[in-house]
Amino acid sequence: MNLQNIISQIEKTDPEVYDRLNTRRKVMKDFANMSGKIALSALPLAIGSMFKKAYGKNTDAITDVLNFALTLEYIESEFYKKGVGTANLIPAGPQLTALTVIRDHEVSHVAFLTAAIMSLSAEPVAFAAEDFDFTAQGTFPTVFSNYDVFLAVAQTFEDTGVRAYKGQAANLISNNDILTAALRIHSVEARHAAHVREMRMARQAADTSNPLYVGTIKPWITLKQSNIGSAAVQASYDGEEITTQATVNIVNIGGQTISANAASESFDEPLTQAQVTTIVTPFFA
Amino acid sequence: MPTIKNSKEQGAVINEGITQNVSRRKFLGYVGATSAILATAASCKKNDNNNNNDDGVNLGSGDVGVLNYAYALEQLEAAFYVMVTSSFYAGATDQEKSYLTDIRDHEVAHREFFKAAITAAAPTQIIPALEVNFSSINFSDKASVLGTAKAFEDLGVSAYNGAGKLITNPDYLVLAGKIVSVEARHAALIRDLLAAGSFADLTVDATADSANGLDAVRTPSEVLSIASAYLKTKINASNLPTS
Repeated sequence: MNLQNIISQIEKTDPEVYDRLNTRRKVMKDFANMSGKIALSALPLAIGSMFKKAYGKNTDAITDVLNFALTLEYIESEFYKKGVGTANLIPAGPQLTALTVIRDHEVSHVAFLTAAIMSLSAEPVAFAAEDFDFTAQGTFPTVFSNYDVFLAVAQTFEDTGVRAYKGQAANLISNNDILTAALRIHSVEARHAAHVREMRMARQAADTSNPLYVGTIKPWITLKQSNIGSAAVQASYDGEEITTQATVNIVNIGGQTISANAASESFDEPLTQAQVTTIVTPFFA
Repeated sequence: MPTIKNSKEQGAVINEGITQNVSRRKFLGYVGATSAILATAASCKKNDNNNNNDDGVNLGSGDVGVLNYAYALEQLEAAFYVMVTSSFYAGATDQEKSYLTDIRDHEVAHREFFKAAITAAAPTQIIPALEVNFSSINFSDKASVLGTAKAFEDLGVSAYNGAGKLITNPDYLVLAGKIVSVEARHAALIRDLLAAGSFADLTVDATADSANGLDAVRTPSEVLSIASAYLKTKINASNLPTS
């Protein structure tokens, strides 16, 4: 078969085919070396491998990270859409307003990341409400009927999202625009996390006997406390307790009085993609 | 060492020379000297190091420059909160005092961390302690204090968001990432103290993108231009990376 002829035929429908093909000499050379040794029946696969990167999914590291982020944004977006849309769940007034603001941001993040991935000629993941089970396989059965449970899951999602983006930043270092966009989403998620924590603090003050509220809740994370009365969320907080950064001990650093609490609060910690995946998997239907 | 480019600068240097405690005999000895010597004499201040020149403290270049930039901002924030917590504004609630004390501790920790990290990585390039200018702030007034706190925190978030792409060492990027989310938590809290529910209002900062849910972002020169109102020390960011 005449590869050049095939490519010329494709060129008629896709003038940019030459840009898409990996025309580095070695690839072409490999293909030429291969064609003498493989059976005719295998040829389409061999040609396909050369075109895979061109027309198949662009699976490079950057778009993988973006699709991972997009997945998390879908989780949050559908969670808040459902929560805000559930009658009698969220008290009307400032609380509903705040959670609606958060919902709108997550919806925007989904749209933004989807567009970003498409602009890189890759295929964005897509999810719908029915793809998720926010009870986490029955761990939070009242997530949409008990507001305090809803807020606990919301806090966990936000704190986890912050740590997830943080864990991917280094993977985006080769693309300035994408890295900057990811950082700008990351800081918005941190604002969400702080506010949801404040909301939970207020709920705790109004009902000190509610076991969902544990310890002193702050806008920041103290040691590895979730401040949530459920061991189910601990994985999102493990690792936050560290008080050494790049071999520098932050406790009483530079002769200043800095407690372990403050030292741990001063820095948020990344989670790896594997850790985040473990945390969010139960939320898929 | 800096050289003087024109006679206007020379005049400025001579004026500086007069206000320094240079003995008259020494000074007169310098007046007839070359521009280079004059510049050297006039620009040498106490605690001078290789970073100083007539254009202010030089942050330096590359990753170290970006770390110095972050260190400068954390110095500013730490100094502010130390002042705030040394004498709280009138009517500060226990909760507000607790929050502001926490934030002070965080900023001091950040400042000291950068000081230690840059000292370890590039001991001859670390910038000195900066002199702040808080004359525009009324520390006994809640609105003035929280308004400034909000400005500093939002500025810090935008600074880190803009600096990320300038860093080449992934370890430094992660460290900056660990800090910026804490600054964003601060920013959210301070905004809520000022106006409940404004924690993530992306419409107030022209550099934020509300439609896409993206936070503010600024270049070092944009940030330092805003920060300069609160700094007596001039900062020279001209050698920082730009992309």
